Amino acid sequence: MSQPESAVADAQAGGRSGQEPLAKLAKRHGLRRAIARPRFPVYVRQLWERRHFILTYATSRNVSKYSKSALGQLWQVLTPLLNAAIYYVMFGLILGGKNGIENYPAFLLTGMFVFTYTQRTVSAGAKSISGNLSMIRALHFPRASLPLAYTIQELQQLVISMAVLLAIVVMTGETPTWFWLMIPVVLVLQTMFNVGAGLVVARLGAQMRDLNQLLPFITRTWLYASGVFFSIQDKVVVAAKLPQWVANVMYLNPAASFIEWMREILISSHNKSFGHHPPTMVVVSCVFWAVFALGFGFWYFWRSEERYGRG
Amino acid sequence: MAELTKELSQVKGDTPAVPGKDAKARSTPEPQDKRPLDVPTGTPTVIVDDLHIVYRVYGAASESEKGNAVNALTRILKRQGRPQMKEVHAVKGVTFVAYHGDAIGIVGRNGSGKSTLLRAIAGLLPPHAGAVYTDGQPSLLGVNAALMRELTGERNIVLGCYAMGMTPSEVRDKYQEIVDFSGIGEFVQLPMSTYSSGMGARLRFAISSAKTHDVLLIDEALATGDREFRKKSEERIRQIRESAGTVFLVAHDLRVIEQTCNRVIWLHKGKIKMDGDPKEVIAAYNKG
Repeated sequence: MSQPESAVADAQAGGRSGQEPLAKLAKRHGLRRAIARPRFPVYVRQLWERRHFILTYATSRNVSKYSKSALGQLWQVLTPLLNAAIYYVMFGLILGGKNGIENYPAFLLTGMFVFTYTQRTVSAGAKSISGNLSMIRALHFPRASLPLAYTIQELQQLVISMAVLLAIVVMTGETPTWFWLMIPVVLVLQTMFNVGAGLVVARLGAQMRDLNQLLPFITRTWLYASGVFFSIQDKVVVAAKLPQWVANVMYLNPAASFIEWMREILISSHNKSFGHHPPTMVVVSCVFWAVFALGFGFWYFWRSEERYGRG
Repeated sequence: MAELTKELSQVKGDTPAVPGKDAKARSTPEPQDKRPLDVPTGTPTVIVDDLHIVYRVYGAASESEKGNAVNALTRILKRQGRPQMKEVHAVKGVTFVAYHGDAIGIVGRNGSGKSTLLRAIAGLLPPHAGAVYTDGQPSLLGVNAALMRELTGERNIVLGCYAMGMTPSEVRDKYQEIVDFSGIGEFVQLPMSTYSSGMGARLRFAISSAKTHDVLLIDEALATGDREFRKKSEERIRQIRESAGTVFLVAHDLRVIEQTCNRVIWLHKGKIKMDGDPKEVIAAYNKG
């Protein structure tokens, strides 16, 4: 049988019978590895190209979440309202934990709503990869889309919670000031932090399934350490007589920093000496955590990009 | 379905880079186990080089080891593996080269690693050892995993299209086509959970087949629904196959494979048992 010339040449150059390594054959024909992690800038660009998917996925999850209930989307408002009522009855009335804080309802609810945003993002992020394995094993997309979508889903809920919070704060006697324009700035910084934290726990949750069991304990400890129910300054320095630096370190905890800044903006009686301006330390802490978490989170998540399908 | 094979050979004949070569190579009778891998049938599009896939299965442990937060903490701190995790070696050293214009059927018993192999070619599962090289981005036909039953057909179409990587303008272009093809009519405004299983399957097929692919991997997705829709979907698959460079098909229906593929790989317990002409491989498979 007369072989075409190219085939003869192929055979002489070492076809498969001459054991040309398949890797070389692949290279000769310009084939690429089916699974390869793109370089970091390319990865970020791919994510940006998937923004419509991320947004649609987040919105769809929010819509489907309440689709089976009779009141439907009304629950997006009812849930934060009911939460606020329970916290107030529990900590404001029954436990009587006013701790000498003026306008305790506003103090408590601001802390609770700000903290809940971070806590829910972290809990959802931990499941974003491990709970979507079937999708990861069927479709191509930058895997960071999933934790990002989960954060955006929580952000959409937060917008409604914030409206509820502002309404309650005004009802407790606070008057809106120009400083309220800083609210979005704090929320943007907090969202940056949440995205980063969500990405980190998403990778951890994908590799260590037990994290989901452990996370409730971690977030509860975090809740108590962040001064949601009490003022860190009063409890640590005034009541427990610990040195000032202990309180300062506790304020550096990202959740405590974001809560502190938000209270400074919303509540006029909070830290009167500063008059709506948060202490510099709190601002620095917020900005640092936002930038650091976002950068580190993306990098850390990306490092494992090609391995999420394995489970 | 006989015209499918005819179509296929026509398509291959049209490929200018490989004038008649591959027909010759294919028709040469040769011992199956020594089938040369780069018979010059054109440009290779998928190269699988001694591929091993290991994936993890959870929940295989005894009840007492599960869900204890303290245990979990100790294990995490000590960096030990999870006792409830088992590793499954699904693909054990598979090697082959697929060429432009190939339609390759993959047969094998349940659990022989067919779907795992497809996922590895698609770049969705990382190899434990070995490698897969591809030209372009192979895609699995199917968006089921991204859809949400509680949402309306409308929303699911948009979501599914974005999940496959379409742009907003592509989604707008394809939307009506998908609705028409699925033939579900006004049901598109109802949640998918209210659909009959046939309607759901039709909509899913219509969404997933709306995109064109370089290398297409079809996993048992052929022809669902009633007879009329089956005809339509077979026609659609033929079109997709023509526009795709290389097609891999996993199906339990051997007739479909024999009619559509020009090469069949028989996987057995994660290894290639036979690779070659559809008639011979399927005959051997039926005997074994």
